[in-house]
Amino acid sequence: MMHWGSWSAFFSMGGYAFYVWFSFGITAVSLFIEVIALRNRRSEAIRLSRLLAQN
Amino acid sequence: MNSVWFIVLRRELLLAMRRRSDVATTLFFFLIVSSLFPLGIGPEPAVLSSIAPGVLWVAALLANMLSLTRLFSSDFNDGTLEQMLIAPQPLIVIIIAKIFGHWVVCGLPVILLAPIIGLQYALPNDVLLVLFLSLLLGTPTLSLVGAIGAALTLGVRGSGLLVALLVLPLYIPVLIFGAGAVAASQHGMGAEAHLSLLAASSILSLVLAPIATSTALRIAVE
Amino acid sequence: MHINWFKYSSPQTFYPLAGKMIPWFYGLAVLFALAGLYVSFALAPTDFQQGEAYRIIFVHVPAAWMSMFIYIVMAGWAAFGLALNARLSAMMAQALAPTGAMFTFLALVTGSLWGKPMWGTWWVWDARLTSELILLFLYLGFIALQSAIDDPRRSDRAGAVLALVGVVNVPIIYFSVKWWNTLHQGSTISMTAAPKMVTIMLLGMLFMALAFWMYSIAVALVRVRCIILERERSTEWVKNLFGEEK
Repeated sequence: MMHWGSWSAFFSMGGYAFYVWFSFGITAVSLFIEVIALRNRRSEAIRLSRLLAQN
Repeated sequence: MNSVWFIVLRRELLLAMRRRSDVATTLFFFLIVSSLFPLGIGPEPAVLSSIAPGVLWVAALLANMLSLTRLFSSDFNDGTLEQMLIAPQPLIVIIIAKIFGHWVVCGLPVILLAPIIGLQYALPNDVLLVLFLSLLLGTPTLSLVGAIGAALTLGVRGSGLLVALLVLPLYIPVLIFGAGAVAASQHGMGAEAHLSLLAASSILSLVLAPIATSTALRIAVE
Repeated sequence: MHINWFKYSSPQTFYPLAGKMIPWFYGLAVLFALAGLYVSFALAPTDFQQGEAYRIIFVHVPAAWMSMFIYIVMAGWAAFGLALNARLSAMMAQALAPTGAMFTFLALVTGSLWGKPMWGTWWVWDARLTSELILLFLYLGFIALQSAIDDPRRSDRAGAVLALVGVVNVPIIYFSVKWWNTLHQGSTISMTAAPKMVTIMLLGMLFMALAFWMYSIAVALVRVRCIILERERSTEWVKNLFGEEK
């Protein structure tokens, strides 16, 4: 932590903790949700393709 | 080529005369929407004249958008559109004639009515003139760009709402320049810059929009 | 070396190829994200005007870049698909749209989170935020049109026309919004009044942008594979792919 005195200083972000962490948080959550949603879509597509191929 | 233009235009106008209620609906919509705002906001003339440019332009924009679905749908349903696509005459000319006819039928009445409604909003005469001119120069862009949206959603379920979603974002520059022209003349600044931008956008869309519309129509019909 | 690009333009050959590429792009995305986060939180100094709140730009600006870039790439694929009648190009355009819309949404949310401590309000009709909002509408229109048309061929081509019309309009919209913004002197501060860029800050934004970029490619490839399967379910090659593994 180059210029942060302590971990608590790092987490408080000079009083802007909510804005900074919410920005990074919502970005991470959105990307995560997209990956999970695509994983579900993919397994559904594979399931249906397999069903169609084996019948 | 000219004769095709006039034949299509004459047909559009004839059809509109036979179904006058369609024209009236657009006009009444514009009238009602622009009369709702004073009822919602209050009759204070200073407030009304400050919101007038935006309100009247948004109302004109919505009226134009609502009439769009009729542009190609009846020709699409009865097969006329298919004939137009395979006709030896250039499709672009037919499309421009159709859009012009639509503008005369649905756009022009709104433009003529707008200055009268402007009186309800306590607008002075010179501002009313600018309102009229801005609508005259701006609404052709709306019809031309709107035709692309109408062609893309032809025969698609829920096309009325879909057209709104596709077309309204593209109307934003016209709204900004149009309402800006009226606001500028209200504040005693010249509206020439706004009006020439509106004219420029109409010319630009006259060149580009029919090409996109004809591509979209071919996609819809094939 | 001669590469036969047309060979890869059929969904059948592209499907396994994309599958091999996806882990690499995910990996690169993670690496760039780690580097970007390290630069933005550990190396970049505190801004003397905006304090620590300015660190939001390390997600805001790259997300805004991606939102515009993806729209242009999407329109490019769409045009390619329309001109050459290439199915795969149209599928790529369709696969990019949701990710582009998501980055537009993120740019709006983080812009507003930056605006609150800086301007004291959640929303400012600033030229950049307003254009970003309109861009979100354009993405939503594209997605809505494609999902409203059932016939895949028509939906591809109609979407392509819409994307091209949109891409012609984006500069006009941006110009008009900027003009509107300067006429109404409501907000004197704009997003461009960002802190004076130090090289290290630019580096942080660059790493984050690269991370988003790699992520977008990976996600678009995953989505295009889903679209291929959903559309070509009843073709012979898909049946062969899934038929043998009992």
